[in-house]
Amino acid sequence: MYPVYRFLFELQEISLLIWRSFVNLRRRPRYPGEVLRQMDLIGVGSLPIVLLTGFFTGGVLVLQTFPTLEYYSIQSEAGRSVATSLIRELGPVLTALMVSGRIGSAISAELGSMVVSQQIDAMRAFGTNPIRKLVAPRIIALIFMLPLLTIAADIFGLIGGGVVASLIYNQETHVFIASVRNGISTSDLVGGMIKPFFFGLIIGAVSCHKGLSTTGGTVGVGRSTTNAVVIASIWVIIFDFFLSKALHFVLDMGPI
Amino acid sequence: MLSESDEQGTVFDEEEPGKYLEDAVDEPSRVRPAIEFRDVHLSFDDVTILNGISFSVRKGETKIILGRSGGGKSTIIRLVLGLLKPDSGTILIDGEDITYYNEEQMMGVRQKIGMVFQEGALFDSLSVFENVAYRLIERGVAYEEVEPEVRRMLRFVDLEDAIDKMPDELSGGMRRRVGIARALIGDPQIVLFDEPTAGLDPPTARTICELAIKLRDLQDVSSIFVTHEMNNLRYLSSEYATVDDEGKVIFEKEGEKLCLINTEVMMIRDGQINFSGTDEKLEHTDDPYIRTFIYGK
Repeated sequence: MYPVYRFLFELQEISLLIWRSFVNLRRRPRYPGEVLRQMDLIGVGSLPIVLLTGFFTGGVLVLQTFPTLEYYSIQSEAGRSVATSLIRELGPVLTALMVSGRIGSAISAELGSMVVSQQIDAMRAFGTNPIRKLVAPRIIALIFMLPLLTIAADIFGLIGGGVVASLIYNQETHVFIASVRNGISTSDLVGGMIKPFFFGLIIGAVSCHKGLSTTGGTVGVGRSTTNAVVIASIWVIIFDFFLSKALHFVLDMGPI
Repeated sequence: MLSESDEQGTVFDEEEPGKYLEDAVDEPSRVRPAIEFRDVHLSFDDVTILNGISFSVRKGETKIILGRSGGGKSTIIRLVLGLLKPDSGTILIDGEDITYYNEEQMMGVRQKIGMVFQEGALFDSLSVFENVAYRLIERGVAYEEVEPEVRRMLRFVDLEDAIDKMPDELSGGMRRRVGIARALIGDPQIVLFDEPTAGLDPPTARTICELAIKLRDLQDVSSIFVTHEMNNLRYLSSEYATVDDEGKVIFEKEGEKLCLINTEVMMIRDGQINFSGTDEKLEHTDDPYIRTFIYGK
C-alpha cells in the first residue's frame, strides 16, 4: 500500500476507534471501575516522572535564560520567561511525551499481547465489546488525567525555576514569584489546559489502535509498541503547533 | 449439569423409556440444526480460505473437523462466532441467520455459544475464579449466584483447588481445562473447540476429549471439535459417556450395545469439504489424501 493511502487508512481507523469509544460510553454495561483503575495507573503512576521532568525543565530554563536576561539587565523577568514557556508549551508537550512513552507503550503492549494470545477474541466470544471494556476507559482516563499531570508539571517546573534562580543566581524568591504572577494571563492558563485534553485523546487513540491492530506474534507486539510511542509523540508535536496557532487566534494570546 | 441429578433426569426416564425419544422427534428445536453453513465463501486478499462450505450440526451432535494446519478449520469457528464475516453464503445459528449481524447483534447470539481456544486464551490479569466467572459477571449476575456456578464448573474439569490461582501458575493442560470451564459457564447449548489438545501430553489430551464426550452425551450440547490429531478422532467417535448404577460417569466403547450416531467427521482440504461422514467411512476411504492424513503415509 502506498504511504499516503496507508496514512489515510490509519487516520480513518483511529477516527473510527475514537467515534466508537464515545458512542459506546452511552451503552451498557459501563465500566467505571476500569476507568478509575486506569486513572490510577496513568495519573498516580506517572506522577513521579512527570514531577521530575517538570522540576528539571523549569530549572534548566532559568539556568539557560538567566545569563541572557542579565545581559539585557532584565533578570527580574526570569519568572515570566519560565512561566510562559512552561504553561503555554513545555508543560503540556513534555508531560504528553513522558506519558506517551510510559503509558502509550504500556497500553499498546498490553492490548497487543491480548490480541496475539487470542484474549481479545475470547472477550468478544464471551459477549464483551473490547472497545467498551478496554479502549474507552483508557482514552477517558488519559483525557482526564493528562491535564492534571500537566498542572503538576507546571507547578514543579516553576518551583524548579525558582530554586535555580534563588540558589544559583541568588535572586530573591519574591522577585521570581512576582515575575511569574505578572507573566501569566488567564488565556495562558486556559490554553495550557486545553492542549492536554487533545494530547490525551491522541495518545489513547493511537496506542489503543496500534495495540488492537497487532499482527505477527510477539515480534508484532514489539513493533506495535514502538510505533505507538513514535506516532503518538510525533502527532503530539505536530498537533501542538496547529493547536497553539488556533488558541492564539481564539484566546487572543499576547507575546511571550 | 453432571453433578445435578435432576438435570440428568431429563435424559433418561425409567418409567417411559421411549418418551424422551418421542419428545425429541416432536420438538422442532431438535430438527432445526444448531449450526448451519450454506455455501460459505471467504478469501483474504487473493487467498481463498473457504470455497463453498456447506454443512450442519444437529442438536446434541459433535462435528469433528479435520484438516491441515492453516487449512481454514479455525476460520469456520471464527465465522460461527461472528469474529469474521463471510464474503458470501449464509450462516445460521439455531435457525437464526447471523450472516450480516453487526457486533451488537452478535453479542446476543454469542451468549448461546461457549468457545474453547487453542491455547486457552485465559485473561492473564484475572484469577481462575474471575476467568471462569467472566461471562456471568459481565451479565451482572450477583456474586452469591456466581460462586457456586464457578465451583460447579471447576469441579466438572476437576480443578476446584486452582480457583484462586493466576493463569501463569497453571500448566498448559490446566489452562485448557480452565478454558473449558469458562466456556461452559452459563450452560451454552453450542460449544466450539479450537484444537484444544494441541501440544498437550496424551493423558491430558484424553481428559479433554472425555470432557467433550460428557458434554455431548450427558448434556446434549452441540459442538464443533477442530483438530488434526487422530487420537482425538478415535476417542470422540468410538466412546460414549454414561452414568453407572452408583451415579458415576463411565466411558464405554461403542459396539453391539450402542452405535454412536451423534458424531460426524468432516475433512477440509483447500477450502473445500473433502470428506463428510462417520469415522468408519473415513477409515475405509480410498482417497489418497485422507489415507495419508490418517495413516501418515
